Amino acid sequence: MATTDPAAQASPISTSRTANEFSIQVATVNGSGSQTANLILIRSLFQMGIPVSGKNLFPSNIAGLPTWYTIRANRHGYIARKKEIDFLVALNPETAREDVLSLEPGTSVVYDAPLNLESLRQDVTFYPVPFDKLVAPVCPDAKLRRLVRNMIYDGVLSFLLDIELAEMEQALTRQLARKQKALSLNMAALRAGYEYAAANFPVKPPIRAERMNATAGKILIEGNAAAAIGCLMAGVTVVAWYPITPSSSLCETLIDLLRKYRTDKETGKASFAVVQAEDEIAALGMVIGASWAGARAMTSTSGPGISLMAEFTGLGYYAEVPAVIFDIQRVGPSTGLPTRTAQGDILATAVLSHGDTRHPLLLPASVGECYEMAMQAFDLAERLQTPVFVMSDLDLGMNMWMSEPFAYPDGPVDRGKVLDQAALARMGQWGRYQDVDGDGIPWRTLPGTGMPAYFTRGSGHNAQGQYSERGDDYRANMDRLARKFRTAATLVPAPEIAWEPGARIGLIGYGTTHWALVESRDQLRDEAGLATSYLRLRAYPFTPELEAFIDRHDRVYVVEQNRDAQMAALMRMDLDPQRMAKVRSVLHYDGLPIDARSVTDAILAQEDLPVGAEVPRGSVKTV
Amino acid sequence: MTTTTGAAPGRRLNRIGLELTQYRGSKTTLCAGCGHNAISERIIEACFELGIKPDQVLKLSGIGCSSKSPAYFLSQAHGFNSVHGRMPSVATGALLANKNMLAIGVSGDGDTGAIGIGQFVHLMRRNLPMVYIIEDNGCYGLTKGQFSPTADVGSTLKNGVVNDLPPIDTCVLAIELGATFVARSFSGDKKQLLALLKGALAHRGTAMLDVLSPCVTFNDHEGSTKSYAYVKEHDEPVSDVSFVPFFEDISIDHAEGTAREVTLHDGSRIVLRKLDGDYDPTDKAAALRVLRETASRGEYATGLLYVDTGARDFCSLLNLVDEPLATLPLERTRPGRHVLEELMEKQR
Repeated sequence: MATTDPAAQASPISTSRTANEFSIQVATVNGSGSQTANLILIRSLFQMGIPVSGKNLFPSNIAGLPTWYTIRANRHGYIARKKEIDFLVALNPETAREDVLSLEPGTSVVYDAPLNLESLRQDVTFYPVPFDKLVAPVCPDAKLRRLVRNMIYDGVLSFLLDIELAEMEQALTRQLARKQKALSLNMAALRAGYEYAAANFPVKPPIRAERMNATAGKILIEGNAAAAIGCLMAGVTVVAWYPITPSSSLCETLIDLLRKYRTDKETGKASFAVVQAEDEIAALGMVIGASWAGARAMTSTSGPGISLMAEFTGLGYYAEVPAVIFDIQRVGPSTGLPTRTAQGDILATAVLSHGDTRHPLLLPASVGECYEMAMQAFDLAERLQTPVFVMSDLDLGMNMWMSEPFAYPDGPVDRGKVLDQAALARMGQWGRYQDVDGDGIPWRTLPGTGMPAYFTRGSGHNAQGQYSERGDDYRANMDRLARKFRTAATLVPAPEIAWEPGARIGLIGYGTTHWALVESRDQLRDEAGLATSYLRLRAYPFTPELEAFIDRHDRVYVVEQNRDAQMAALMRMDLDPQRMAKVRSVLHYDGLPIDARSVTDAILAQEDLPVGAEVPRGSVKTV
Repeated sequence: MTTTTGAAPGRRLNRIGLELTQYRGSKTTLCAGCGHNAISERIIEACFELGIKPDQVLKLSGIGCSSKSPAYFLSQAHGFNSVHGRMPSVATGALLANKNMLAIGVSGDGDTGAIGIGQFVHLMRRNLPMVYIIEDNGCYGLTKGQFSPTADVGSTLKNGVVNDLPPIDTCVLAIELGATFVARSFSGDKKQLLALLKGALAHRGTAMLDVLSPCVTFNDHEGSTKSYAYVKEHDEPVSDVSFVPFFEDISIDHAEGTAREVTLHDGSRIVLRKLDGDYDPTDKAAALRVLRETASRGEYATGLLYVDTGARDFCSLLNLVDEPLATLPLERTRPGRHVLEELMEKQR
């Protein structure tokens, strides 16, 4: 297929085109309206029953900077990012040259004809499309052309990749159902693209879409929206937040849901309060105040907000006040890469604050877990009377992921140890920080409920909640807090383990790293005959399964998306050093979601096995 | 004002049958003679005389000498001594969780004017229904006497260091930003402070009281503009304040045109008797002008400086349900199965 002009090539359409195993990258300019076109593309593949994933690689900018959207379709169900691009849509004049030069030989490229990219390479297939010429007749209003122009590449791809046009039309209709004019313009552009491709490109690329049945009944949703639904179903009553990428859409979605479903239809009154705070410090302060007074309260933020929340997190830990905090992680330190993904806040968050503190972390890997763990976080925070963090990331929070529909929570919520008359009668006497039950968790009272008052303070206190600077009071309190954290280990979700009989190698991952590991395990098995077991952490504190898993393997690789092996460091703090001698790390930290090939190659290299594919350039480090 | 029916001889009971001692807190650990203790006493008296249920009060503070004082009043109220400069956010969350509580926040001039200025500004903007008291002594006591941002130009430390930066006037700020009850008083003026506190407690909205409260240990010397003697000498009341609670049918006699009355949310009234001039506390521009003029003379304008009884407080603005959000049952906070199904259908 190494030709610069497919129209001139006389050979018939290839019959050996690979079905449902490709990735498409669309390179556009931020703010050019490509979002709808990309959404239609991913949705139409999803509607054809093909497993898909979409990754939006966008700049920290309103409009004008380059943005890339990658869609992967995979019949095996692999939905991690795939590094290699099979099909490029090059529409950004600024990046087109570099985009094309970095392609593997054999890739196909649709590009805006005036960019004249053919001369760049002989070993890729070019499909020049005159976007402006095509858009003019279908959209007479010149001002609107920019907005519908992108739909042309959907039409072209529909023809070239056999993505059924009817599915694209259905996806488009659904997307723009309420905007009739936009719908008809976009529909015309879609068809114009399809017709142009059909008339001009007799040779299709070696990849194609083919209807299958792997997505029936499934949903396609972003992690932040899933978490918002989880908060709604958890019965959240107070939301305090400060806008920050990539977290904002969580609270914004939640606000929409609360307005719609939690406003009394007759009185118009709200069973919730939302405050856009002056900063993340105030946001968590409001959550702490609300939770102290008995509300289910949450906030959502990202790394810079986590840094600001250190002080209040320490207060929440020491004064024992519940709080639910979502951290949609992005690349740090400092402002870092605000629109790129990482698992870089693990270590800082686990011990956030000065002094000795430990905080439970929940580690969602899927949109389904964003939903479930949102609910678990409220239960844990109230049960443990402490701040609980849900450690999502940009990749999970802002990208579309397939999932089974979420299950309705049938059980009650856990409001924790809140003292009432019956409990007080049973106890006889009550002290705010007394460990009555031996689990380190004291009983609390809520203001306004008629139960005994106490004075909450971040300064030293004894079991009665009185001010104390006595060393023995301090130690007793800190030891009880440590005991409470051990109780937390019995309450947090256990890891998910895939045992491989006879495997000497164990892999450990968490969060979005999971999807690369699923695929990498298959690559290790198929390419190098290396069998691996796999443990996916779902929470901190660690549970006994982790030690048992390490014990059953000769070598254990902890794979994570940060430079300093943060989860492994946390393990080093908590586990026996001899056990840790078996632990190695595979680290990915270039801001892009981790991919299977990088993991596979890094592990093969550490195992002294031949590396099948080219070693990635600097994106993965092994320790 | 208070009844004695059913009381043991010599014991005063208030309208809800409680004694004054039931409004007290732990023994103070502040310095003997500290203005803050006098303020705590007035809070105790005000709550007692108004017949406020102590267990329906939230008392909140930041960090500093002032912020210790909630421990020294209303021991039956839930208290929260939070972190430095961040009490406004904690109070906001607590009141959203339970809007039926009466919140009294105590801060200091450092806690508010320096580290907490950001949260203070936004609290005033939101008109959160609470009483916010600044115990203002112009210095940091717990860290041994450094200047705070309310120290006046030319005021000196004990060691002779002179402050050369202009002060932040928290009353000016509060009025500008949207607080709806703004007053300044002096810990040494029992009558005025008590009347203003009662007015603040009856007001629905943010009631901001800056109470000059001399630090007897670090800022009570010659050369300080926050010393007891200086404040007493330069206290310029804008009017004479008295308070008539809603449950008392008292008409205060005053000659035509010699007083103004402000009727508060619960029907209580503040009566402002004219002094030198006719001060109108509903005139924002006039209030700011008087504050600037008195400050330029090195004086403190005290009394009820500004009041707006018509503005909506933050909880009303959010249109919250009548019951506290904190204790709403799950059936009112978790939507039904059909809602989740509807949401899932949208994502298919």
